[in-house]
Amino acid sequence: MTGNTFESEKIKGDFPLLEREVNGKPIVYLDSAATSQKPIEVIDRMTDYYKQINANVHRGAYHIAELATSEMEETRAKVSRFINASSEKEIVFTKNATEAINLVAYTWARSQLKEGDVILLSSLEHHSNIVPWHQLSSERNIEIRWIPITQDGQLDLSSIDELLAGVKLLCVSAVSNALGTINPVKQLADAAHKVGAICLVDACQSVPHFETDVEELGADFLAFSGHKMCGPTGVGVLWGRLEILEKMPPFLGGGEMILNVTSDGFTTNEVPWKFEAGTPPIAEIIGLGVAVSYLERIGMEAIREHEQNLTSYALDLLTDRFGDDLTIYGPEAAVNRSGVISFSYRDIHPHDVSQVLDQYGVCVRAGHHCCKPLMTLLGVNATARASLYIYNGESDIEVLADAIDEVGKIFS
Amino acid sequence: MPGLEDLYKEIILDHYKNPRNQGELPVPPAVMEEGFNPLCGDEVKVYVLTDGDVIKDIRIVCQGCSISQASASMMAESVIDKTLEEAKNLIEKFKEMMSVHESNLGSAELSEDNNENSLGDLQALKGVVKYPVRIKCATLGWNAFDQIIGSKE
Repeated sequence: MTGNTFESEKIKGDFPLLEREVNGKPIVYLDSAATSQKPIEVIDRMTDYYKQINANVHRGAYHIAELATSEMEETRAKVSRFINASSEKEIVFTKNATEAINLVAYTWARSQLKEGDVILLSSLEHHSNIVPWHQLSSERNIEIRWIPITQDGQLDLSSIDELLAGVKLLCVSAVSNALGTINPVKQLADAAHKVGAICLVDACQSVPHFETDVEELGADFLAFSGHKMCGPTGVGVLWGRLEILEKMPPFLGGGEMILNVTSDGFTTNEVPWKFEAGTPPIAEIIGLGVAVSYLERIGMEAIREHEQNLTSYALDLLTDRFGDDLTIYGPEAAVNRSGVISFSYRDIHPHDVSQVLDQYGVCVRAGHHCCKPLMTLLGVNATARASLYIYNGESDIEVLADAIDEVGKIFS
Repeated sequence: MPGLEDLYKEIILDHYKNPRNQGELPVPPAVMEEGFNPLCGDEVKVYVLTDGDVIKDIRIVCQGCSISQASASMMAESVIDKTLEEAKNLIEKFKEMMSVHESNLGSAELSEDNNENSLGDLQALKGVVKYPVRIKCATLGWNAFDQIIGSKE
């Protein structure tokens, strides 16, 4: 049994959406790797923001503008503590993790990388940590190299020294969104630094699920999104080492990112506002702050333990029940993976699997999970993916398994 | 399966399990077009061999879900030996059936349209419009075929 100490049922009660039905069945939400549901306190705080203190930030010298500004900046400090950054100046708010990675591609990379340089990517990356580098590569004739994977979807680091030769930037996800593989980020960041490379981590699938300590990880940039960690859509975070951020040129131009503008030119604002042109997503940032407090109250260690237990339970149950009819991709042991379970059932297309599951209220993702290069390596076009979070319990896995049985009946 | 009868009709499942006109044709003389569904990664290749303005053979290579495979298989079966003009008309009628009008969304009743009677078995795919995300599956092979027909005009 899992959940003896972790009260996922009680937590579920904090999420209004999880009270609804889908196709006449209670919803079983198993797509938190795509986006998490939102606790009522996040929703309420954002509504209250609009009702009580909506004003533009860093502008007005009136009461509500000061309240809005201080709430937003308090969130910056909160996020900074949450990931153990050395300064809140290292927290740049973006609209999502994709924008955070693109910010690095357009500022740091375009000011530092030149023709012939090498970028090393892991084969587990999401398109958001591939395409910005393809764009740069075609613009500057930069070589892109790939860290291969083993049969069970873990990074194969047997040739990492050779792969790192001449590398200026190493990009890796902390956790694979498609397979749930937990990657050895610290080891890779250290190896990158030994050859003088910078290390960027896509932490979208780790920050919501484990304790994150950027000092311990040793990377240089870390990107994550708010909406996968109980926060709203429309806000993401780029963490970067202050000394690197300070040397980077600005990203988008406009208000907020300037100190002064004349008819001849402009001077840039300080970090992090230098990278936050225009009115930021104020309500969303404040909502993210509430989400961080919510997760802290549950405790990141407890969350990881719950997800690991539940993943173990799911892997065992699905394997016992379906045997060879069900292929689960990624590492075998729950200790090496997050709560992402990518699978295929017989030769039934994942689209059809998810369509039937939906009929039982079960929400899973079907497709390539924005990881087409990885899908090619796995030799599949698509998989079905169930991904777990704090509000999931064993009963959700049981409903999933029962619904998979029904898929088999239709396509037998 | 309650609720999914409109989507997974018997004839659709039959074409999915026993797809017709599978395989490749030598190019040239045949013409090949590919289609991709970026949503789910499905891929289709459609090969068409014409003699004058008649479709002598059509072959499908499809990696996709039941709807995309069945739809492509049913398409192949219904256009073989047809003229390019007839094929073009069929494509238009099929696409019309697949187009989602806002007024149709969410309505369980599917309107009958005289225009669609000529679609024959293909009418079985009409249930797909109730599941808007699957429309792209149903039209995957048709769009590739449409490109081939367009190139022959």
